[in-house]
Amino acid sequence: MSEQTIDLKKRRFLTKATSVVGAVGVGFAAWPFLSTWKPSAKAKAAGAPIDVDISKLEAGQLVRVLWRKKPVWIFKRDEKALESLDSEDLIKNLDDPDGTGNSKNQQPNYVTSNFRAIKNKESVAVIVGVCTHLGCSPTYRPEPGAADLGGDSWKGGFYCPCHGSKFDLAGRVYAGVPAPTNLVIPPYQYVTDSLIRIGVDQQKT
Amino acid sequence: MNNKQSWIDQRFPLTKVINEHLAEYYTPRNFNFWYFFGGLAVVMLIMQLVTGIFLTMHYKPDAEYAFASVEYIMRDVEWGWFIRYMHSTGASAFFVIIYLHMMRALLYGSYKGPRELIWILGMVLYILLLAEAFMGYVLPWGQMSFWGAQVIISLFGSVPIVGPDLLVWILGDYAVGDATLNRFFSLHVVVIPLILVVLVFLHIVALHHVGSNNPDGIEIKKNKDADGIPKDGIPFHPYFTIKDSVVVVGFLWIFCAVVFYAPALNGYFLEAPNFIEANPLKTPEHIAPLWYLTPYYSVLRAIPPLFGSQFPGVLGMFAALGVFFLLPWLDRSPVKSIRYRSPIYKWILGAFVVSFIMLGWLGVQPVTPLYVLLARIFTTLYFSFFILMPWFSTLGKTKEVPERVTG
Repeated sequence: MSEQTIDLKKRRFLTKATSVVGAVGVGFAAWPFLSTWKPSAKAKAAGAPIDVDISKLEAGQLVRVLWRKKPVWIFKRDEKALESLDSEDLIKNLDDPDGTGNSKNQQPNYVTSNFRAIKNKESVAVIVGVCTHLGCSPTYRPEPGAADLGGDSWKGGFYCPCHGSKFDLAGRVYAGVPAPTNLVIPPYQYVTDSLIRIGVDQQKT
Repeated sequence: MNNKQSWIDQRFPLTKVINEHLAEYYTPRNFNFWYFFGGLAVVMLIMQLVTGIFLTMHYKPDAEYAFASVEYIMRDVEWGWFIRYMHSTGASAFFVIIYLHMMRALLYGSYKGPRELIWILGMVLYILLLAEAFMGYVLPWGQMSFWGAQVIISLFGSVPIVGPDLLVWILGDYAVGDATLNRFFSLHVVVIPLILVVLVFLHIVALHHVGSNNPDGIEIKKNKDADGIPKDGIPFHPYFTIKDSVVVVGFLWIFCAVVFYAPALNGYFLEAPNFIEANPLKTPEHIAPLWYLTPYYSVLRAIPPLFGSQFPGVLGMFAALGVFFLLPWLDRSPVKSIRYRSPIYKWILGAFVVSFIMLGWLGVQPVTPLYVLLARIFTTLYFSFFILMPWFSTLGKTKEVPERVTG
């Protein structure tokens, strides 16, 4: 090497190549740090199914339980409420009444369409009480015709205090409110007539 | 003394730094009331750092104990209530100062060239400060902490495709809980404060490099005397260090009045439901973020869901923040200061300020059809200010800018 010339092209290439390799290395090194933010093994294990005794549940009554750290409502609807869920008067105000549009992934396939409950047990509803807008827990407002919720057009249901979303007594979202989809129905089954297990799908019969 | 000084100066540029930033930093002599707030913001940053450090010595970042540990600070730690109320009142006071500091930039065109980078650094600081305040509000683990976190973090869940996974990653669990609280603690007391301190340093270095703007929007560096000193400049130290220390005393007087007599300020600085421990089963009847976040919260609520997703609203909210970054390039006016702008510009700036305040007010109100309509109108006005600025900033007749500063 007697001649001292600098090959700028080669130098630029080497600079770029080194930078790229370095950036890849930084990316790999970042992965373990970013991974620590994922749910830990302990958090994942905490998602076990829960059993709820409904033998003392009266019509119109609602109980809240925690399942996977989310509130779940179990409540009993009377004949009148069930009738209104089936009426055209209510359905015309809903965004996706039969759960086939925007809300098609919000319920297991074994619940009935207008009541969103297991067949032959339609009076009892099991719904995840988390608003599909931004995660608040809506307030239970079962009284039809409540003046502050639109009077005659209100058939009873749930009202989200955060951003004003409205849902009926089957957790179906009204049209024109901030929440985009119906409330979620969790997988559940009846262990006995009065014992509901939340977190496990109903067995095929 | 001189010996010691030169010993240091040979090893560290002490005298040079002092001269550059204090004794020989020439500041326009016509500064007015609006120029108090940069210095006050530094005072607030220091106060929040000091009170925060002492709160950390007693607080427990654990969903089981967090609420109780704050109550312990309030009742059992000697003077703990004072440190805690200084910190919580300090957060709101910080934002009062920052909003006035930003208003100054809007009035006198301080974001315009050559100060674009100062403006951008300032905007990054502002957004980090919003994040810092939000995470700080989660730490006491009251009802508002919990449900505020629930709503704000859910925003990220609305991102198309990756949203649900992103949400779980941020939460560290399938719902807001201990994991979320613990990481917010780390971000609130270590990560963001470190970045804030570095950015404040850069913000000031950039300012001292180009020089301060002033109420006339004139570059004082264009008019120098024989020694190369701006004719309209006076050294920052001692003139403004003395003046600012009077301002700080006045400010602390008001600040202490709030800390001692109205630390919750009628629910605006600390909301009543936050004195109840977090309950994941029950959302408070009425939930609103703290006042400094409400203009953006209103924008979020004003935009209806589109295509079965609330993402457009979330996008609108972040756009409302992000659009500030473009200000130096949207403003095409030949003059900087409001004193020499056209009358039409003054009216439009006034309308923007009213929109911002109205959005803030609407953000703490419950959702009613009238308020939704108002929020939509003011959201439109808010964005129109930025979108139409390249056009209206050139409209009308500007006044002639004098050679030298006035007043």
